[in-house]
Amino acid sequence: MLEIRDLVVSYGAVRALHGVSLRVERGEIVTLIGCNGAGKSTTLRAVSGMVRPASGTIEFEGRSIARMKPHEIVRLGMAHCPEGRGIFANMTVEENLRLGAFTRDDAEGIAADHERALTLFPRLRERLRQSAGTLSGGEQQMLAIGRAILTRPRLLLLDEPSLGLAPQVVRTIFQIIREINAAGTTILLVEQNAHMALKVAHRAYVLEVGKIEMEGPAADLAASDEVRKAYLGVA
Amino acid sequence: MDQFLQTLMGALAIGSLYALIALGYTMVYGILKFINFAHSDVVVLGAWGSLVFARWAERTAGWSQTPWYLGGVVLIAAMVLCGTVGFLVERLAYKPLRRAPRINVLITAIGVSLFLQNTGQLEAVFGTRPASIPRLVGDRTIAQIGLVKIEMLDVVGLFTALSFMLGLDWLVFRTKIGRAMRAVSFNPQTAGLMGVPVDRVISFTFVLGSMLAATGGFLWALKYSQVNQPADTGWTLLGLKAFVAAVVGGIGNVRGAMLGGLAIGLLEQFGSAYLSSSLSDVYVFSLLIVVLLFRPSGILGSTAVEKV
Repeated sequence: MLEIRDLVVSYGAVRALHGVSLRVERGEIVTLIGCNGAGKSTTLRAVSGMVRPASGTIEFEGRSIARMKPHEIVRLGMAHCPEGRGIFANMTVEENLRLGAFTRDDAEGIAADHERALTLFPRLRERLRQSAGTLSGGEQQMLAIGRAILTRPRLLLLDEPSLGLAPQVVRTIFQIIREINAAGTTILLVEQNAHMALKVAHRAYVLEVGKIEMEGPAADLAASDEVRKAYLGVA
Repeated sequence: MDQFLQTLMGALAIGSLYALIALGYTMVYGILKFINFAHSDVVVLGAWGSLVFARWAERTAGWSQTPWYLGGVVLIAAMVLCGTVGFLVERLAYKPLRRAPRINVLITAIGVSLFLQNTGQLEAVFGTRPASIPRLVGDRTIAQIGLVKIEMLDVVGLFTALSFMLGLDWLVFRTKIGRAMRAVSFNPQTAGLMGVPVDRVISFTFVLGSMLAATGGFLWALKYSQVNQPADTGWTLLGLKAFVAAVVGGIGNVRGAMLGGLAIGLLEQFGSAYLSSSLSDVYVFSLLIVVLLFRPSGILGSTAVEKV
């Protein structure tokens, strides 16, 4: 479904990715783990068109998207929940959700997905008319994911959904990521919380300073000594 | 009482003009975070465009009496003209600088302003002499309260300005494109991730702001009937006051610009009527200083707090 080959991205003179290749098959949850600054967010930003790659190819459902703009890629069926959630704090929760459906005009389908987002995150239903800036961090993350659902993506990119959240909330979010996947959406998950990410994912890639260092089934990686030492904090 | 009513009418008329122009400053700032110094020159274009269209229409049609709808037709023509120029200015001057430092854009805006002024001064365009616009709204008094006459012209002007402001408010807060504008204003990158075509929304905003500027120029020309040459300092002052209105209301805030425009109009007119008319500009800029000292984000402006 998503195929990245030899992706190179630079910010000015600084090279963030040195030839990253990865693949996401339909129906999977794939996670990309790694330390701060390894290039995880940059990879997602290149996929969704927010940064333009210096070289390499990105194919989504067989179509090259490396030169497309973000709003064109969304229309192809890919949603990206950015790092820091990207909530529009100057709008209500309801308006944020409706922006998710910006590219669509099938009123019935939108209403159905709206309902689905509120069923997944009942907290949002209570706060529809509230300004999104007044939500707690966890609620903002729920809103970001709910909003992404409203674009009706076949592939969902999630950037650090657990960042800064209480353990209880993290568990809820990961439970919902699993539900969204079970309902048919493919997911590419970027996480620093390797423990949770490896639990929920089918396959995983380990990114270190702009390069893929390891890849394989999530369970295998979680059991490997290297990953346990470097990312799971087990001696 | 008579003086009060008279002053109030004048204040609302001029205040709504400031508000119309302030909206253009504030919308562009809201979306691109820079002050479009060329905005007041688009107002000038609106005034002169109206004048040229109106004269041309009268000359070619040879009416014995100006038809009632001519004003509307002239206004629409001026809006189309200014909208096109606003679109081209954004596309040719500002868009190539989207990733450049903000100071570059600011200096470019000053350049665009000078370009528009000097082009307007060309003999083949509007020239360097003042001219007068034909009477487009009947010279009638429609009501009289005490000694105060309510002129048709003021009522039409106020009605036009207010209905455009209400229309804009509806567009920004109640429609899909308005939601997209607010999203781009808050964070263009995330707006793109929602599928909002950011560049097109920016173009749309410029066209909209320029059309409101055209309306401001049109109403200004009708009100004073004499239109000064394109580089006249009076235009700069008008632009500056509208800019002050935008800052006082809270730059980037659409409702703030309307409120600021009316506030500036009231302050200026009542100050002139009851204190001293030679200080009318002083009141406006004093208000700016006071607002910047005590509430730098403006009356309706707010500072965003990021949550983690």
